[in-house]
Amino acid sequence: MRYLPLDKSEREAMLTRIGAPDIEALFADIPADQRIHGLLDMPLAKSEMAVERAMMTIANRSVAAGSAPFFVGSGAYRRHIPATVDHLIQRSEFLTSYTPYQPEIAQGTLQVLFEFQTQVAALTGMEVANASMYDGSTACGEAMLMAHRLTRRNRSVISGGLHPQYADVCATLAHMAGDRIIRLPPDLKASEDIAAAINDETSCVIVQTPDFFGNPRDLTPIAAAAHARGALLIAVFTDPVALGALRSPGEMNADIAVGEGQGLGNALNFGGPYVGLFATLAKNVRQMPGRLAGETVDAEGRRSFVLTLSTREQHIRREKATSNICTNSGLCALAFSIHLTLLGAVGLERLAKVNHANAVQLAERLSAIPSVEVINTHFFNEFVMRTPRPAAELIEALARRGVIGGLPVSRLLTGAGLDDCIIVASTETNTNDDRVAYAQALADCLR
Amino acid sequence: MPEIRYTKDHEYVRIEGGEGVVGISEHAQQQLGDVVFAETPPVGKALKRGDPAAVVESVKAASDVFAPASGDVIAANSEVESTPGLINEDALGRGWLFRIKLADPSELSGLMDESSYAEFLKTLG
Amino acid sequence: MNVQGRPTRPETAATPTGETFTGNRGLDMEEALIFESGRFDATGVDIDEPPPFQSRLGPHARQSAIELPGLTEPEAVRHYVRLSRNNYSIDAGIYPLGSCTMKHNPRLNEKMARLPGFADVHPLQPVSTAQGALEIVEALSNALLTMTGMDAVAMSPKAGAHGELCGMMAIKAAIEARGEGETRRVVLVPDSAHGTNPATAALIGYSVRSIPAGEDGIVSVEAVRSALAPDVAAIMLTNPNTCGLFEREIVGIADAVHEAGAYFYCDGANFNAIVGKTRPGDLGIDAMHINLHKTFSTPHGGGGPGAGPVALSSRLAPYAPVPFVKREGGALRLVEHTEGRPSFGRMCAFHGQMGMFVRALSFILSHGADGLRQASEDAVLSANYIRASLNDVMSASFAERPCMHEALFDDRWLKDTGLTTLDFAKAMIDEGYHPMTVYFPLIVHGAMLIEPTESESKASLDLFIMTLRDLAIAARAGERERFQSAPILAPRRRLDETRAARQPVLRWTKPQPA
Repeated sequence: MRYLPLDKSEREAMLTRIGAPDIEALFADIPADQRIHGLLDMPLAKSEMAVERAMMTIANRSVAAGSAPFFVGSGAYRRHIPATVDHLIQRSEFLTSYTPYQPEIAQGTLQVLFEFQTQVAALTGMEVANASMYDGSTACGEAMLMAHRLTRRNRSVISGGLHPQYADVCATLAHMAGDRIIRLPPDLKASEDIAAAINDETSCVIVQTPDFFGNPRDLTPIAAAAHARGALLIAVFTDPVALGALRSPGEMNADIAVGEGQGLGNALNFGGPYVGLFATLAKNVRQMPGRLAGETVDAEGRRSFVLTLSTREQHIRREKATSNICTNSGLCALAFSIHLTLLGAVGLERLAKVNHANAVQLAERLSAIPSVEVINTHFFNEFVMRTPRPAAELIEALARRGVIGGLPVSRLLTGAGLDDCIIVASTETNTNDDRVAYAQALADCLR
Repeated sequence: MPEIRYTKDHEYVRIEGGEGVVGISEHAQQQLGDVVFAETPPVGKALKRGDPAAVVESVKAASDVFAPASGDVIAANSEVESTPGLINEDALGRGWLFRIKLADPSELSGLMDESSYAEFLKTLG
Repeated sequence: MNVQGRPTRPETAATPTGETFTGNRGLDMEEALIFESGRFDATGVDIDEPPPFQSRLGPHARQSAIELPGLTEPEAVRHYVRLSRNNYSIDAGIYPLGSCTMKHNPRLNEKMARLPGFADVHPLQPVSTAQGALEIVEALSNALLTMTGMDAVAMSPKAGAHGELCGMMAIKAAIEARGEGETRRVVLVPDSAHGTNPATAALIGYSVRSIPAGEDGIVSVEAVRSALAPDVAAIMLTNPNTCGLFEREIVGIADAVHEAGAYFYCDGANFNAIVGKTRPGDLGIDAMHINLHKTFSTPHGGGGPGAGPVALSSRLAPYAPVPFVKREGGALRLVEHTEGRPSFGRMCAFHGQMGMFVRALSFILSHGADGLRQASEDAVLSANYIRASLNDVMSASFAERPCMHEALFDDRWLKDTGLTTLDFAKAMIDEGYHPMTVYFPLIVHGAMLIEPTESESKASLDLFIMTLRDLAIAARAGERERFQSAPILAPRRRLDETRAARQPVLRWTKPQPA
């Protein structure tokens, strides 16, 4: 078997040295009644060719986003990733290395993390960032818990513009920990009065911008309202490229900024693996979860990097840890970092501009169709479209015509009275032909 | 010469009048390695003997420091928060953690004096 | 007070060896930060300027500049290639980290994960257009059920610790459903457990009661019975345990736990030892997370991403989180809302680590039933071979019984040498090896936990053994310098971790003009 180097005579020689009569003797501690004597009820080993064939058959049963005009966002974004990124992350030393616990032979990983942390801090306008979390939604939940620790309160206020699945994650954590959570109703037009929900028991306010419905928000007055009551502002974003065009959480006085980093360097992958971005103010660093790479020197005085402030983490603090997290999303953080290194601020701003321009052109084209309404006044690369047809079936009808038109809001928000709304996203990967095809198909469906 | 008492948990309390100055022992600081962080209790906090009162961290370990005796915290050493290495350099002097008003001096009779603690350390091997 | 510390900075400054103008040493190269070598006004990606359009950003446009450098492709490639060369990796050599299962990462897995039908599928595109993706979830789920003999699998957890959280949340939901949420607030955890176990329990409001391991390194039924009480919600055991031993009283423990009305969580980090040899469901386990990045070869990527699906017993299956995949008629449906089920809710956005599912399934299909059993046997054989080959020069812990896939040593054999486990580990680096796991588990002094996995050839194992013998003999013979100054030949000498923690510098900052 191609992955198992030992052969029969070697196994025998090893058993002899051990002094065991056979391999089963080494499994003697498994109670007899619970030992499997034959093989598991599964097919036998397959050649590489056979596995490829089986997997490709399954792969062909999905519609790849690149094979059709594609307009779904809502937390994950189809990006053109430069070819360099995927080549570099497949270098053995990045792909098959472990967490850098022996820093002398892991400076590659550690320096990348230090650069990544700097990039995330710069992008979000915050002072310090960690070496990544699993994804944006769990980063959001962890930010909520961090706010509870900092304020010693446990009541969170969640904007009606937060991605519903992010809000669900926060709700699950809150319920399990016995914390209170106020979820404002879905806020289609960014018109909610979030300040009114903040009181002296509030630990944090969690607001997404651009929000789930595509509306960019001014967080500055919300930050002021929160701070006046001793609460913290947690700013959330789901597309890092948005930060190339819009005011950053730091500029708007957020205390913690969290978001999804998939939109740079990482493929859609049906929802994972992604990479959570987490940044805060320097004074909060001891309560920040996740790994941290820090600068130091070695015995020869050479600049070096090492995982630091580890006593926050579970392997040391055990039940007093800031969280139970063990892993960061290393390889995905690397991909993010390489993509952003290639872009630089100049490239990021241009990329953001193209995203916005494509969305603007799409919105114009779609709203020119009678009975189609684009709800948003302002947006970055996502907006809400409303039509007379129920959104879920309209999306299926568009799919049958070869257009993947967006997310029906009702898929994520049931019973919110938004069953006629679709969230449409457009990135730099959309062409004019895509837009024409969408408008055509939509007009057909609405006839 | 102020009296000093030790707990089995390697905290010390130096008795000064009706007050106790608390820190970690020389042995503890050696075992812990370089101290990188110390957190002292807030002034005014009421502690009972055995309550977790402070935290001392090295790179690889985090230790709770428990109150060796009951009392209200009347002072905390802000120097160790900015310079945690003081705990290594001078655990019994400038590396003190906090000071309490002793609520019940009779509690101290249950603790070890200097020579008993030295004997105790030998048994740890 | 916890006083298990060790030196965290080099004791003396080291003399630099072979100084060069560049600081490079042959192929061993220094590399600046991108902020030092890149230009802040440049970009390495060609992006066409869009035709004029009416901005809809309103008052929200970014005002301040982002200070990030761009590198052209050749500069970026050189930067990352040079950085990568400072890393050890499994592809380069044995990575004997106990409980990490650093097995070979098959390249077929990478090829399959990149098929557009897997990689270029959006989690929220219409389910009718993502049937292949759902089939992967179903296929892997079925394979895991077969291997564990359990009833349901929660596929969404993003890592092992996330899976622990999932399992414990399911247990908490089950207890609350019985109306015992207020009374059962304690979780039993052995003192040999990995720190994530008590951290997870505490995160959801449980207090932890520690169970000591016996002299023989395992948890006894008596110890569990003494700790069980009406306030206990669950026990969290690792099996095989962190000492590399099979918890041979596990069935009795499971019975006792269930009789007491509590649940049995199993940390599946060491599943690699027992796939195809026994099924966790048959042992009485209610929830077990599986680390796809350990047992099922998905790459560690320098720290992540992982994936931690959780197998659940029939007692806990109703409480599984959303989403999950369900076959209805001829098609696969994705259940994304709890819809009146007692599910405890959602743990993360979207559906789980699909990219890792493809890789794990590719591994499982490649090995098949016979290959999977052979892999477990080879993993256990190799660990015992290493232990038998070193036991005369080093002190193995709990050596009276066979170990499973990892061999545990302690530092008794280093007594009187003036050397520590850390010194020994650092000397291995100069020999071209990544050290084994050190100082874990905590119940043994100066622990050294070696897990070779099934991917090592006998030649590789033999060289590793001979090297460790050479080092051990040198240590016992009184050689100190070789160990205390190690590593000398790695890209870096020992680091000042004290400084990194006392004066944290966590990002590059632009130097201020003097």
